Amino acid sequence: MSTSSNTKLKALGLHLSIIAVLAVSFLVLPEYHSGIIARVLILAIYAMGYNLLFGYTGLLSLGHALFFASGMYGLGLAMQYLNAPPLVGLIAGLGFAAFVSAVIGFLALRTTGVAFMIVTLMFAQAGYLTILLMGEYTRGDEGFVIKQSQRMIAGFDLSHATNRYFVSVFLFGFCLLIIGWIVQSGFGKTLVAIRENEERARMLGYNVQLHKWIAVVISGTMSGAAGAAYALLFGYVGGTFATVQYSIFPLLYVLLGGAGTTIGPLIGALFMFYLIDISSEFTSAYLLVAGVALILLTLFAPQGIAGMLRKRVIRWLP
Amino acid sequence: MTLLSTRGLTKQYAGLTAVNNVDFSLPQGQIRAIIGPNGAGKSTFVGMLSGKIISTSGTVTFNGKDVTELPAHKRIGLGMAYTFQITSIFSNLSVHENVALAARRVNQKTDSISVNQRVADALDRVNLSDRHEQIAGDLSYGHQRLLEIAMGLAQSPSLFILDEPTQGLSAEEIESFITLMKSLAGDTTILLIEHNMDVVMATADLITVLNFGEVLAEGTPQEIRANDDVQAAYLGIANA
Repeated sequence: MSTSSNTKLKALGLHLSIIAVLAVSFLVLPEYHSGIIARVLILAIYAMGYNLLFGYTGLLSLGHALFFASGMYGLGLAMQYLNAPPLVGLIAGLGFAAFVSAVIGFLALRTTGVAFMIVTLMFAQAGYLTILLMGEYTRGDEGFVIKQSQRMIAGFDLSHATNRYFVSVFLFGFCLLIIGWIVQSGFGKTLVAIRENEERARMLGYNVQLHKWIAVVISGTMSGAAGAAYALLFGYVGGTFATVQYSIFPLLYVLLGGAGTTIGPLIGALFMFYLIDISSEFTSAYLLVAGVALILLTLFAPQGIAGMLRKRVIRWLP
Repeated sequence: MTLLSTRGLTKQYAGLTAVNNVDFSLPQGQIRAIIGPNGAGKSTFVGMLSGKIISTSGTVTFNGKDVTELPAHKRIGLGMAYTFQITSIFSNLSVHENVALAARRVNQKTDSISVNQRVADALDRVNLSDRHEQIAGDLSYGHQRLLEIAMGLAQSPSLFILDEPTQGLSAEEIESFITLMKSLAGDTTILLIEHNMDVVMATADLITVLNFGEVLAEGTPQEIRANDDVQAAYLGIANA
């Protein structure tokens, strides 16, 4: 039917426009804000990875910080101790995150529902404690800095603000297009089917367990990519990123922005970052402001911002 | 040729034997109805055929292959389709997408017909072709039952298991259901659990009567109709 290919084109158009707007914004944004956006885009990649599992597959993980930190340390340790160049470090980060998510997925998917939440949380805690335990190499809580001289790709300085901005836009755009493609493929639609009615999906002949596992691996690897990119662009690797807090962040971004939408993670991350940034100018109780905003959103727009848009205005939103 | 058979198929739930030692054989192309009073073990029995319910003992053979150890999705992949007794659709997705999910899985192996074509054909056969874009959860109960049947049809199954498909359908819809089943006969082997005796008598080549988890009788509609035990116990006076 032509409507489905039509929707695909519209979605692609939307995603490309967002990427274009982000790229052009650099010309008008003050330096302070382009710095924030670069950071938000990397966190949005993290949230997009999380969203594939939570928003599309319906699996709520409380342990994604482990995947983020796996990518971060995969890159960081390779660059710090093996003197790996950035691209090799990136591959190491992605590879390590893929490996960790494959193993955790295999084990955690033996459980469902609340047990899955608890098991992922526990694995992430174990990961965090491992980082502390191996403090000699990981520098635990205090972390370590990746030298600016190492953060160069063929003379291209990744620590420079302009370069950093465009690299974040490029990485974000790349991940957004991948996610857009996945969720509109047969595989992505099967994930939605599993979220909506697992038993029915199984009785249509789908291998539910395998689909869930692949979703965990893609989700974990993308989260790890965000962690690796964060370390590379901002030059810092530390155990803080493996704490529970960093498992909760993508959940908040996705809930705010709209679970199960491709643009929700970006909207949520932007919204949350600026909410805290702006409210902290006025009060030290900025977390209270964030909390109230969250409560209001869950009360009045439980599907999140993009979810509400899809329900009310743009039905075809991917 | 026998498409499906069971040997000593048994299901026990903590002391309660729901299905007891059933030997069952279904030839290719037949429409078979399974009847029996509530709690006779009909749904449990077909649940074990499709792999939805794990049997306690006994074997299931499908298409000459022992499928007893296979999980449900693999049995479905071999050509079974199953419709649920309690309507089980993707309520938040469109009617089209519901059927497309069924068709896409089949097309992973063969795409002789496009997914959209399969969806259109299946929805056409159950008279829902004007509702492609409607959200499935917004359909009337009867239409949801028909959607569920369309999801089965879209898989072009060799064995189509229907658990109380006409429950909640209007008289008119039941008429077209009977026509649909007859049109499938020959290509598709059909296993039908059904309470509506008119549907059973109109469609079934052969009837198996279950009671207390065991096969009580088996025969043509005429034989079952004439069977005194069955008549007294299950069909009731109104249908006799």
